[in-house]
Amino acid sequence: MEILYLLVPLSVVLVFAIMVMFAWALRSGQLDDIDREGERILRNDPDEVDANQAAR
Amino acid sequence: MAISTRPGASAPVYTDGVVRAFALASVIYGIVGMLVGVIVASQLAWPELINGISWLSYGRLRPLHTNAVIFAFGGCALFATSYHVVQRTGQTPLFLPGLAWFTFIGWNLVILSAVVTLPLGMTQGKEYAELEWPIDLLIAVTWVAYAVVFFGTVGIRKIRHIYVANWFFGAFILAVALLHIVNSAAIPVSLGKSYSAYAGVQDAMVQWWYGHNAVGFFLTAGFLGMMYYYIPKQAERPVYSYRLSIVHFWALIFTYMWAGPHHLHYTALPDWTQSVGMIFSLILLAPSWGGMINGIMTLSGAWHKLRDDPILKFLIVSLSFYGMSTFEGPMMSIKTVNALSHYTDWTVGHVHSGALGWVGLVSIGSLYHLIPRMFGRKQMFSMRAVELHFWVATIGIVLYIAAMWIAGVMQGLMWRATNPDGTLVYSFVESVKATYPFYVIRVLGGLLYLSGMLIMGWNVLKTVAAGKAEPIAIPAPAHA
Repeated sequence: MEILYLLVPLSVVLVFAIMVMFAWALRSGQLDDIDREGERILRNDPDEVDANQAAR
Repeated sequence: MAISTRPGASAPVYTDGVVRAFALASVIYGIVGMLVGVIVASQLAWPELINGISWLSYGRLRPLHTNAVIFAFGGCALFATSYHVVQRTGQTPLFLPGLAWFTFIGWNLVILSAVVTLPLGMTQGKEYAELEWPIDLLIAVTWVAYAVVFFGTVGIRKIRHIYVANWFFGAFILAVALLHIVNSAAIPVSLGKSYSAYAGVQDAMVQWWYGHNAVGFFLTAGFLGMMYYYIPKQAERPVYSYRLSIVHFWALIFTYMWAGPHHLHYTALPDWTQSVGMIFSLILLAPSWGGMINGIMTLSGAWHKLRDDPILKFLIVSLSFYGMSTFEGPMMSIKTVNALSHYTDWTVGHVHSGALGWVGLVSIGSLYHLIPRMFGRKQMFSMRAVELHFWVATIGIVLYIAAMWIAGVMQGLMWRATNPDGTLVYSFVESVKATYPFYVIRVLGGLLYLSGMLIMGWNVLKTVAAGKAEPIAIPAPAHA
């Protein structure tokens, strides 16, 4: 089962990559104040995009 | 890619042409792929049906069916919806629209090559990865372009928060790239023939690492992205718990990668590897059901919408099939259950409860939401036809999977039955003969599902003819 020497490290690298992405999501505020994010897609009125969220 | 948002400047619009193209292609490929499905199902019931024509033999048409429904129908639906959702949730046009059109051309070339090479018998012999190496290279190039367009669009978004559906689409795109490149590694000997870079059980392990993760990331994560956008939009309610949707995402992608060995129970694969596959498969039940409940509960307090809106019926029933097959899958991965189910038609029934029930219905529901809006219409030409499609398709699925459950358990029991002296009670051909009525019921179920798709084709044609493809303005963010 030499193939596991490829697949297992690949999975480990992947899990670390996912952890980095998760850390980025946490630190960059992606997961802050998420209660209203579910509703945002339902609004078509541009005025609903407030300054805080349109800060990019 | 500077987009002016000042009043007076020409209003920026969404890049919807490529979304329309992929959405319509998906409907056409759905009809073709399901027609091939009905043909191969008929060949199993009546093997002499196309006797003598090698191009149309079961062994060559079956991969054509799977490639057409998964990669042509499902793939085009994923391209259309991911390009639509990433623009709408980021309030930005697509990054590099020309490259997006390249993905449309590339993906269709892949599909056309499959239609030619598979009936000719050119295959790598790997399930769901049959296409030969030149086509594999084209897939890789197209997929990298897809990733550039998608993540580029995420990069130029105007809304800081990345909506959860985009996380699912993003994970699907990255994982499929990795799986495809590792599993398709092969040594070419000619333009139409190559040998896998791996041998024996190593090859089997790579193949099912690919195969099951293709189920997990192509057929699950991608379509969950659809689910998290189109169910709230169609129900006009936010998803039941946005927090749970984020937990769903991270839990699913952290735990998915190692379920593959359950396809190789009781083979030359080391026993402990099989057990690891079984344990990871069982763990998957938790995030899967969390997501399923989250989607269905979106209708909490508005259940009456389910009575009146056939599109919501498609979307919500797709989730109940998702729940069913993600319960059935982990159960079948338990080695003692697998000893009965493996190699029987139960597996085929399980796959189709996921494919027809989950992937098919969620795609069809999302396309019914998307297509009229892409052609300046409020809804489909005939909502009664949508309702009819829903019932025809649902009855078709029930016939299909019930027939395969009965056939599968019956086959498993017949194969393991022994006389007191240790000899087998039944020969293999006796189990085939006993399966015949269930194969006929399956053809009937498939025919119903295909007829539903034909109704959809007519309805889409009428909707497009009555509508007009007009550019849709991007709402300008108001800076407070």
